[in-house]
Formats: sequence, C-alpha cells, structure tokens
Amino acid sequence: MESLYAITTGVLSACGLYLTLRGRTFPVVVGLTLLSYAVNLFLFSMGGLTTDGAVVVNGDGDYADPLPQALVLTAIVIGFAMTAFAVILAMRARGDMGNDHVDGRKHEDREETRR
Amino acid sequence: MTLLWIALLPLVGVLVPAFGARLERPLCSLVTAVLPTTALLLTLAQLPALLDGETLRFAVDWVPSLGLELAFRLDGLSVLFNLLILGIGLLILLYAHYYLAPEEPYGRFYAYLILFMSSMVGIAMADNLLLLWMFWELTSLSSFLLIGFWSHRSDARKGARMALAVTGAGGLALLAGLLLLGDMIGSFDMNQVLASGDVILADERYPLALGLVLLGAFAKSAQFPFHFWLPHAMAAPTPVSAYLHSATMVKAGILLMARLHPAIAGGELWTLVVTLVGMTTLLYGAWFALMKTDLKGILAFSTVSHLGLITALLGIGTPMAVLAALFHILNHATFKAALFMSAGIIDHETGTRDLSRLGGLRRAMPITALLTSILAAAMAGVPLLNGFISKEMFFTSAAGTDMLGGISWLLPVLATLGGILSVAYSLRLVHAVFFKPAREAPPKSPHEPPRLMRAPVELLAVLCILVGLLPSPLAGGLLDLATRAVLGEPMEFHLAIWHGVNLPLLMSLIALAAGVGTYLGHRHLQRFLKGFKPVDARLVFEGSVQCVGRYAEAWLGRFDNASLQRYMSLLLLTAVVLAGLGLFMMPNLAGDQPRGEIDGVLLTGAILLMFSGIATVATHRYRLISLLMLSMVGLLVSLTFARFSAPDLALTQLSVEVVTMILLMLALFFLPQKTPRESSMPRNLRDSALAMALGMVIASLNYAVLTRDNASIAGFFIDNSVPGGGGHNVVNVILVDFRGFDTLGEITVLAIAGLAILKLLNRLRLFMPHSDSEGRLWSPDRYPMILTTISQALLPLALLVSAFIFLRGHNLPGGGFIAGLITAVALILLYMARGVEWAQARLDFQYQPVAIAGVGLATLTGLGSWLFGHPFLTSSFGHFHLPVIGDFELATAMIFDLGVYLAVVGATLMILANLGKLTTPHRPSKESNIAPPSEETS
Repeated sequence: MESLYAITTGVLSACGLYLTLRGRTFPVVVGLTLLSYAVNLFLFSMGGLTTDGAVVVNGDGDYADPLPQALVLTAIVIGFAMTAFAVILAMRARGDMGNDHVDGRKHEDREETRR
Repeated sequence: MTLLWIALLPLVGVLVPAFGARLERPLCSLVTAVLPTTALLLTLAQLPALLDGETLRFAVDWVPSLGLELAFRLDGLSVLFNLLILGIGLLILLYAHYYLAPEEPYGRFYAYLILFMSSMVGIAMADNLLLLWMFWELTSLSSFLLIGFWSHRSDARKGARMALAVTGAGGLALLAGLLLLGDMIGSFDMNQVLASGDVILADERYPLALGLVLLGAFAKSAQFPFHFWLPHAMAAPTPVSAYLHSATMVKAGILLMARLHPAIAGGELWTLVVTLVGMTTLLYGAWFALMKTDLKGILAFSTVSHLGLITALLGIGTPMAVLAALFHILNHATFKAALFMSAGIIDHETGTRDLSRLGGLRRAMPITALLTSILAAAMAGVPLLNGFISKEMFFTSAAGTDMLGGISWLLPVLATLGGILSVAYSLRLVHAVFFKPAREAPPKSPHEPPRLMRAPVELLAVLCILVGLLPSPLAGGLLDLATRAVLGEPMEFHLAIWHGVNLPLLMSLIALAAGVGTYLGHRHLQRFLKGFKPVDARLVFEGSVQCVGRYAEAWLGRFDNASLQRYMSLLLLTAVVLAGLGLFMMPNLAGDQPRGEIDGVLLTGAILLMFSGIATVATHRYRLISLLMLSMVGLLVSLTFARFSAPDLALTQLSVEVVTMILLMLALFFLPQKTPRESSMPRNLRDSALAMALGMVIASLNYAVLTRDNASIAGFFIDNSVPGGGGHNVVNVILVDFRGFDTLGEITVLAIAGLAILKLLNRLRLFMPHSDSEGRLWSPDRYPMILTTISQALLPLALLVSAFIFLRGHNLPGGGFIAGLITAVALILLYMARGVEWAQARLDFQYQPVAIAGVGLATLTGLGSWLFGHPFLTSSFGHFHLPVIGDFELATAMIFDLGVYLAVVGATLMILANLGKLTTPHRPSKESNIAPPSEETS
C-alpha cells in the first residue's frame, strides 16, 4: 500500500512538473494545480496512512495524525487562491502582451532577444 | 536622563523641518534651531559636574541578547565634540538659510542636516561599541543624502555614491573589528573596553582587530589611500562641505581613534601604522592642495592634509601629542569650517570657484577678504592665531619621538615640509582670490553677502584670534577634560604662545619663509607637473564600479536569458541534485514499519489517479479536455483523503475542486483554446526526463517516510482537544484554536489574493472569442431552463447544509473553511444559472468588505483574549442550557471560525463573481479598452 501511494504521488508530481515546464500560461497553471494535488498528498502522508481512524475523539481509539490534516486543509484553500491568482495573471498577461507565453514579453521583444 | 535628552533631542529635531517645510523659510530655520540649541545648552549645563571629575553615564538595555545597550556617556571628549557638532552645526544652519536658493527644498535639506548632527552626537556620546557603530553608519547615510542633495547633477550623484561606498565599506570593516574587540573582552560596554587595554594587546587577534578598526577610521577620515572620496564629496552644497567634510564627519575616524586610544593604542604596531599613514596623508593632501585650482578643491585637500596631521599626532601617542591632536581638532574645525563658508560666499557672489577666473576681489568684498586672510593665516600657522599653537605642538611632538630608531629625524623634516606646503597653499588661496588682478571678469559682479550670512564666518574668525592670543583661559579647561578622557588621567600642561627660542620655533620660521618661497615659485612647479598625466580618482573609481558591473552582468547572462522555462528547469535540476544526494546518503530506502495491504479498491483508485494525471499531460494541448482530466484528479484526491481517515480534507478538496474548475473554465474562455506545438522534440524529452527524475525522487522520499516510524506531536492534540479546546473534531480544533495564529495568517493571505485579483482585473484588456476552437458559435441558449429552476430550489438547501456543516464543525467533520466554500459554490451556481444581471440585482453588495470583515472578526476574537489577560487567540468555551433545545456548547473558537467562514466566502466570490462579471457592465472597472461585447460568458 505504501509503495502504491508513493508511486502515485511521484507520477502526479512528475505530470505536474512537466506541465510547469511548458511555454504557455494555461498548461503551466494546470501543472501547478496538479503539482499542488501531489504536494498535498505528500504532506498528508507524513502522518502515516490510517484506515478508519478519523480524528473525532470519542474515548480511546487508533486515530490518524490530525496535524498534517490541519496543515493540508489550509494548504488546499491557499492552493486555490494561488491557482486563481496565477490564472488571472495569465489573462492579464495575454491582455497586455498580446500572447500567452510565460516569458511575459511582447512577441517582437522575444524575437529580438533570441537573435 | 539628561544625557538621553542630549542625544535624543537632535534626533527628534529631524522631524521639525520635515513637517515644518510648509512654513516660511525664516520661521522654519528658527524652529529647526530650537532643539539643537537646547541640546547644546544641556551639554553646557553638565560642565560643572564634569569639571569635578565625574564621567556621566546613562544606560538602559536595548537588545540584551546582543549586548546592545542604549548607553550614553559624557566625558571630556564627548563634550569637546558635542560643542563642535552642535555649535558649528547651528552656525551652518544660519549660513544655509542664506545660501540655499529660494526654490530649493530647504525643509528636506535641514532634515538631512539635523539627522547628520544627531548621528554625530550619537558617535560622540555612545557608551557601547555596537551603538557607536550604529550612529557611525547613520553618519555615512546622512552624508550620502547631503552630498547627493543636488541630485540632478551627475557629479553630486557620483560623489555621493563614492563616499557611501568608501565609508560604507570602512563601516563594515569597523563592525568586524568592534565585534572582535567585544569578543576578546566579552562585553561591548565602553568602560570595560577602555579598561581592558592589556587583555586586548595580549590577544593574538589584536593585529586583525586593530587593522579592521583602523580601516574603518581611515576610510571615514579620508586617510591615504582612502582619501579620494573627500574631494569628490565637494559636489555637495557648501554648508555641507563646511560642516561634514571639514569640521565634523571626517573627524569621526579621529574621534574613534581617540576614544579607543586607551584600549588599542598600546602597541608598536599602532604607533608605526597610524603615524606613517598620517604623515603620508599630511604631505599628499598638502601637495595636491597646492596644485588644485578649484577653491573648494584646495580646501578639500588641505582638509585631507590636516586630518593626516591629527592622525599622525594620535599615532605618536605621547600625552603631549594627544593634547596637540585634540587642540588641533578644535582649531581646524574653527578655521576650516569658516574658510569653507567664505569660499561658499565667494562662489555665491561671483558665480565661480575657479582660481584662474577669480582675482582682485579685495575691492568688492573687503570684509570677506579680511576674514578669509585671518582664517588662512590660522591655517598656515601664523603666530598669534590658534593654528600656530597647535602646529607648534605638532612640531614639538614630531621632533620629540624616536619611534623610527636611527631615522627618527625624518619625522620633524617631513613635518616641516608639510608646514611649508600648508603656508604655500594658504598664501596662494588668499592672494589669488583677493589680491592678484583678475584675468577676466567673474560671471556675476561681486559684492558683500548679506550681513547675517557673514556672521558665522566673523564669529569663527574672532575665535581664531582669541584662542590664538589667550589659549589657556579659553581652551585650557576643555582640553584638560578631553585629555583626561583620552589618557585616563589628568595631565599637567600649559598652553602658551611663547616657549622661547627652540627647535619647534625654528621649524615654524622655516615653514613660513620657505612656504612664501614655494608660492612664489609654484608656477614653475605646476609647469613641471604638466609632464605627468593626472589621475582622476573619480574615473578610476567609476571605471572599477562599471567593470564589476560588466563582469556581474556577463556572469548573470549565462543563467539569465529572461526565460521562465529556463529558470524552472534550473530550479528543478537543483532540486533533483540536492534531494537525490540526500537519498544517496541514506543507508537503505525502506524502513522497518509494517506495510499495509493493497486491496482492489485501492489499486483501482491509484490506477485511475495515475491515468487521469497522465491524461492531463497527454491532452494538454487541448485545454478543455486537459481540464476535465484535471478535475478527475481532484475528485480522486478527495476520495483518497476520505479513504485514509481525513473526512475534513475530503470535504474541503471536493468543494475547492468545484470552485477551481469553474474558475479555470471561466479563465479558459478568455484564453486560447489550444496550445500550439512549439517546443522541439529534444526539449520535450529533456523536460520529461527532468520531471520524471524529480517524480522518482519524490516517490522515493514519500516511500522512505511512509515506511518509517512517524511518531509526532499528534498525541498532545488528541489528548487536549476536548479538555483544552472543547471540541471533538481535532482537525478543526487545531485550525481554530491550537494553531489559530496560522489560520489567521492563511485567511489573510486568501483575502489579499482576492484583492490582488480584483486589481488585476481592473482595466483588463480582454480577448473575446465569439466561437470555440472548432469555429462553432457559442450557444445562444444562455440560461438553460432546468438549471435555472433547480439552482433556485437548491440555494436554500445548500445554505442550510453550509450552516449545518459550520455549526457541527467543532465536533464532527466540517467547519468554517468547508462551510464557506459550500456557500460560495451555492451562490456561484446562482450566477451561472441566472446570469450576472439577475444575481447582481438580488445580491446587491460588494464581496471585498465581507472578506475583510472575516479577517477582522478573526483578529478581534484573538485580541479579545487580551481583555481577559490571556495571550493572543486563547479560546474559552462553556456549556449552556436552553429550555427547549437542551444542553449545548459555545466556544469563542466559533466566532473565530465565523471569521474564517466570512473570509472564505468573501475571497472566493471576490475572485469568481468578479471574473464572471468581466463581460458585463458590472465589471470591476468600466474603463476598459474594449467596449463590453454582446455575448455573455456562461
């Protein structure tokens, strides 16, 4: 089970990272979102994988680790805010630059520096 | 306490002109002078106590862990400098009042000047090495501001930068030296430092510490070879040159050497280095003063030369030499500040400072001519003026030392040579400006300056004469105090004009006679010098600065091609290497914890999750499909959380997923629908190799952690959740109680992100598609009937669920975050189903205040616990009984959670609703470059 979980996390991170290396804004945003899923899974698993141990305290019991859960909960919400900011930045960049390339330059500028 | 006031009053005084700049200039100048004057009077009021032999001290802890104290002392040395700084400072203020042109921002100028004054007083009075260093840096900064005051002039900017670079670098060296000293003694307290001279001398790090401290002092006091910044600092307005670069700031290095004299001046090393550097500077400065043709340039180099003289005296270090050094500090400040001021007057009245264009001003400005002649004579060391007495003492000290063994005779010879040059340049200054006939008419027709502009010069000139005639009654007491502070014991001395016919007198006479001769022959000297190529310090300095800049740029250019893709790949490569190294060092990857079983559900889930992740990548050029795949990942992640005992996370992930997808779809509407094929095959291969490598590293790390013991502090939270936080849902209790401060930070970030997005949407230039990527027009069926009907029925239900989730959050899965997201989703559904027009009419309020109210409410809850004397964000709870409902529990954490709820609702809607409004007349800013188009978004 542990190996399966780890492999899944690894695959998701690799997919997200590949997309963040793309040259257009939208795939990068999708990649960031994917990466944040993977990171959340990774962080969440720092407390171990517990089955049937939701941390609602009622007497004694074998509970999951609540701390990573609390941290990941806020991370999910912040991740949303970050995605939102990135995607709207992408829209803004397209509006101001006329293209959706991640370098944030107008087309003619980019051609110049490439020379 | 009085000491604190002396140090603080000028500092507070910085605010006076800053706020008083709107006043008329006379009034502004007057109120600016009030606080420094008070500080000066307070200093004078302490004199009786000091004469009784006391050293006044004041100290309070500031940062005890660093050994930094807010500690001040007032001894003879501090008094000497305080009188110079505050006294001359006030005269400069009066002078500047007339000097600055009417349109110049005098408030700012005064503020900088007073800032400098207060930091200088700080150096003079600091009783703690670190505090001293702090004020030291403050003088460098304020000097930078003052030199660059005429910031429209290139020479002012460059001069300011050079001065800051040199004195700033010296300041860093000084800090290192002071830290070393403090480490040797174990304290930064000045008294202990001064009393530990033996310990410091015996320490093997002494040469290093001494070198660093001297580096700082030499850079500040423009000693050779760091002298070059001072002449370029003359680009400053003349009051600044007179004040900072002759009377006070350049004396800070000397002050430091005098202050630390008991602690570090014991060894041979000190004597040799300091004396020789001082002597070199003395001759170098004097030589260039003779060669310059700019009035202020001459004065600048003569200042360098006189600073060298004082340094050499401190280097010789006998009680007589120290006395001479202190006396010359006083005398030099008097005549040089006044000389600068008269140079400023000449510049002001004639429009030029170039000696070759000046001449014959005796007739137009007789009083200025007289004053300048007296001052220059004092500088040259003409008998019956103050400069003569201290120069005589310098000759005596130089003749009396045997530090160079068999060639000790060299010192008096060099000293006499310095004297000759100083007579020559002083004579040249006066003769060329006032007596020699002018070769051409100056730009303005000269006349005497306003009466009060000349007053500071007159006062200082009178002081020169009086001290020259009556040295003992006027300066004796002050010097007695100051030498006592430097040497640690009282010393018997007698200041007199006439000591009989002896060697120093002979040296003085030689200097006077040969100096006149040198001036007469200096034309030949200059012709001789024309053969040498002049080295401009500024060109050298600027050249090296630019050279460093070019190298840095070339180096940076290897990495930085302004391509985000390259940065990302470098970043990821570094991460792979570093994390890979860490993995490599581990003995074995797998830990010893028992493994869990894999069942069919898990396997299916994992395969689906991996499949949808890979599908997101595979279809990424078809953005909509890629997005659908992404949403599948999100749902499966949510299920994963549910499977591994995290219901709160599952709920949150689910609702965030909905919001994220709506957001991305909305955004995609305004972006290209397809990604063009752009990257080359090798590029794609490189990227996928990199991504896979990092993926493997992450998987290995995750596996390594999962198979090891993961005992954490969780037990504390589980045990204390009910008794301490009053809730059974530990995750929620952690969020709103144990780690409430974190949560407060997070919702603040959320609200800030919302506001930032609002600003980004402002005046956004839109690309409005009319058809999708296949060329099909968007559907005209704007609001599908079924959705409209259902959404309206769903709204109250969804709000009810949200309230329920919120209320039970403390004890069962739920809470503010989740409830907030559910509410947001319900409201957004309304927007989607009925359109912005309809929803706007019914939800007639802004979302920004909601988010801000949420953050505010959470903060106030935290602050509330202060009222009861508890730390920030302490929660309390209690059980209450109501007749019908029965027992229930209330906790202040609920209010905090309400804040979270409001912040989440506000921020989410701020983002989504405003994005949705973009194509409608309700968009955040109506001043767009494109008229609102006819089509709706959803």
